[in-house]
Amino acid sequence: MNTHAKTRIVGAPVPRKEGVDKLLGRARYVDDIEREGMWHGATVRSTIPRGFIRSIGFDRNINWTEFAIVTAADVPGKNQIHIIVADQPCLADGKVNHCDEAILLLAHPDKHKLREAVAAVQIEYDPLPPIFTIEESERQDAIVWGADNMLKSFLIEKGDVEPVWATAAHIIEGEYRTGAQEHLYIENNGVIAEWGAESGVTVWGSLQCPFYVHKSLLSVFDLPEDKVRVIQTETGGAFGGKEDYPSILAAHAALLAMKSGHPVKMVYDRMEDLAATTKRHPSRIRHRTALDKNGKLLAMDIDIATDGGAYSTLSSTVLSRATLHSTGPYVCPNVRVRSHSWATNTVPYGAFRGFGAPQAVFAIERHMDEIAAAIGLNPIELRRRNFLHDGDTTATEQVMREPVILDTLLDRALADSDYYARRARFARDNQTNPVKRGMGIAAFYHGSGFTGSGERYLNSLAGVDVTPEGKVRVMVSSTEFGQGTNTILTQIAAEAIGIPYEDVIMAPPDTGIVPNSGPTVASRTSMVVGRLIERAGLQLVALLREHAGLGSHFTRDEFFAACARYRAVQGKVDSLCRYEPPPGIFWDDQKYRGEAYPAFAWSVQVAQVAVDTVTYSAEVEEFWSVQEVGRVLNPVLAGGQIEGGIAQGIGYALYEKVLLQNGHMANNQMTNYIMPTAEDVPPIHVFFEEIPFQYGAYGAKGIGELPHDGPAPAILNAIRDATGVGFHSIPLLPEDLFAEFVARQMMAEPAAV
Amino acid sequence: MNNCWPTIRFIVNDECRAVHVPPMKRLLDVLREDLRLTGTKEGCGEGECGSCSVRINGELVNSCLVPVLQAEGANIQTVEGLAIGGELHPLQQAFLTCGGAQCGICTPGMLMAATQLLTQNPHPSMAEIREGLAGNLCRCTGFMRIFDSVIAAAAMTPADAPEQAVHAR
Repeated sequence: MNTHAKTRIVGAPVPRKEGVDKLLGRARYVDDIEREGMWHGATVRSTIPRGFIRSIGFDRNINWTEFAIVTAADVPGKNQIHIIVADQPCLADGKVNHCDEAILLLAHPDKHKLREAVAAVQIEYDPLPPIFTIEESERQDAIVWGADNMLKSFLIEKGDVEPVWATAAHIIEGEYRTGAQEHLYIENNGVIAEWGAESGVTVWGSLQCPFYVHKSLLSVFDLPEDKVRVIQTETGGAFGGKEDYPSILAAHAALLAMKSGHPVKMVYDRMEDLAATTKRHPSRIRHRTALDKNGKLLAMDIDIATDGGAYSTLSSTVLSRATLHSTGPYVCPNVRVRSHSWATNTVPYGAFRGFGAPQAVFAIERHMDEIAAAIGLNPIELRRRNFLHDGDTTATEQVMREPVILDTLLDRALADSDYYARRARFARDNQTNPVKRGMGIAAFYHGSGFTGSGERYLNSLAGVDVTPEGKVRVMVSSTEFGQGTNTILTQIAAEAIGIPYEDVIMAPPDTGIVPNSGPTVASRTSMVVGRLIERAGLQLVALLREHAGLGSHFTRDEFFAACARYRAVQGKVDSLCRYEPPPGIFWDDQKYRGEAYPAFAWSVQVAQVAVDTVTYSAEVEEFWSVQEVGRVLNPVLAGGQIEGGIAQGIGYALYEKVLLQNGHMANNQMTNYIMPTAEDVPPIHVFFEEIPFQYGAYGAKGIGELPHDGPAPAILNAIRDATGVGFHSIPLLPEDLFAEFVARQMMAEPAAV
Repeated sequence: MNNCWPTIRFIVNDECRAVHVPPMKRLLDVLREDLRLTGTKEGCGEGECGSCSVRINGELVNSCLVPVLQAEGANIQTVEGLAIGGELHPLQQAFLTCGGAQCGICTPGMLMAATQLLTQNPHPSMAEIREGLAGNLCRCTGFMRIFDSVIAAAAMTPADAPEQAVHAR
């Protein structure tokens, strides 16, 4: 076990592996790539949220013989994008279930001719009544999915909440809502596809999960595994937004390539990307909580509803993670969590950093402050009295076997932010200043890796090989999209083998070359895949010692000489490892009980917020984030993950609103979907406490999603502290503050009305 | 090719170039498609994100908003013109060391904006850095390490020789 060993490269701020290419502008993103004879593709989309397609017409002013035209009838295999449930068509066939659903595809050699052609396809519909909200779906105002609109449900029961209500000292209820959020990766979705009768389908694209796209294409084209090849190009941000959607886009481009006989590039512009691709699930979460007179939790009854959109995509797993994060990092003897995901006639909601946890953490962490106010306890003290500790059990009765240091994280966060002194100062200044300041906190965990049995099912395979030119290559399907996969995995390989970082490179992210190390999601890369690379590196050294005379201590030249000797006999040098679950992991998928995650990352965040009661703007002035993510593999990259996640979380809380009109995103432009800029993001202070996790790579746990979970509740708690008003819903825009404060003013001064 | 199109000449990264394209074609597309300078990126196509930022005659512009006709005779700098003799420019080196680039898609535009900032103001304050980069959106970093990068690059420039390191061209 290397978790406590001194390391040379792991833990060092080595420069980003592909950094120089990115800085010189020579990194090749999909839109930077041309193929010989390449055409361009475009999509004709539905303009209504629900209905039957009556007819498809083509304007006679266009010479359609120049175009390749694809409809559902052209799909050679199944007209399904298979993610978890096969309910989503690749192209709408007779019926549409959301606005902007793909109906027909066009390709042409000149991309500038496509816009006019798309507008010249006339589709007539027989509309059906749509539903757009969780409530309409619950009430079954129309049945738009399955028998009852319910995409998925879960139930967790620990102890029994029912007898507690009668005797508890306090019962506090609250309802919390979160809106959709757009990933806003700066590079839109895009792919290039080629098709050949012999070679099958090849796709290059901006994507997170090459083997998800591979699996989907097998079914759409009815091809054997070796006739589909998916290659990730440099990817300009993803955040979950390129987890499931590229499976659809790749199928579209490949269908056009088959029909036209040319390579086809499809790169969305911003308006199409915003209107047609996935977003974070909107949610409504209700808490009913019982506490004793000392503020100890006795019962938590939680009801979660998410809006899944028109097709199931990843809604079940997002709901699962929301369910498993809904109690927060607290210990409670009696818990019931009932959760449902509901279908509506909007673009399907999908994966987004945090994957259900930001919604759940918003609700519980806002609720904790409401409880604190209701029972007259300091919100810090309320949390402290209920924190999970080593040996406690979660709602799924998972025993916390690893150290849990929430108190340490909280102490550090309070000290670093000078929480009490600032809060006292603001309380004094707020009496006279129209700008009201406050401090808010959030405490939370994020489960690392796939939920429950997920990692076991994935059964990931990863490793290293050595090229004849003398480079070690990391062999994974795990992808780089800014978060640092290339860097940390090559660090781990170099560390495990004992050679310089510069001698390790990444194998191309090409399903024809690399093994399936699973999708690049769920904060699993550093912990799960990194661990496989660590094992593979150690295994390679052992192999060379046994069969190629490698000494117990060796230089890099001796290592590569041993590789050459091994290659002369064996023909190749490689070392692959398959996932092995940590011991003692048990998960019951039926009862939702057991070890929900192999490990948890922990965090306490503090926000300082100023609310201007003249302009009704709320501004985050400073932010602190203390976390325990196991061993930090690269401090520069890890810090960047935390800061970037917090900036996205600030946007989620205060800026980013997806405005739907008749189920279509009305503000599908960067001009009116607003994310935080360089002038909006406050100073962010990041501190890591490191407790190596013995089953993660050199002690690493997950990191990428954690920081996005906390900012929204911390910020709204700070607004409560500043103004005394507890807001229950995000995004919280100036107009929302205005409406609430004006309403309160009118209530307080009825005579003035 | 079309005989109605004018020939438009300008300088890109110290090289004279001539293109024969529709005059209203976006400079962004001319750089990427006709000159194959794909370092300049498109993020939004409406001048919001700054990914397509280039410098024209010493001014920072969004090349998605510029018809190529307007660039006639101009001196244009793109990310490809930043490195000096194959060596990373001090700003590029600072971005690499400080973690100023993650996914890299906003990076070329960000580097142009930072170059512009340091050219005009070699030792900017934090408020000036924030203002100088406010037209360039980054969704990965939360900007902190981009600010660090700009500060580090500025520190490589001696206070009494403000122009030399960041205004090599």
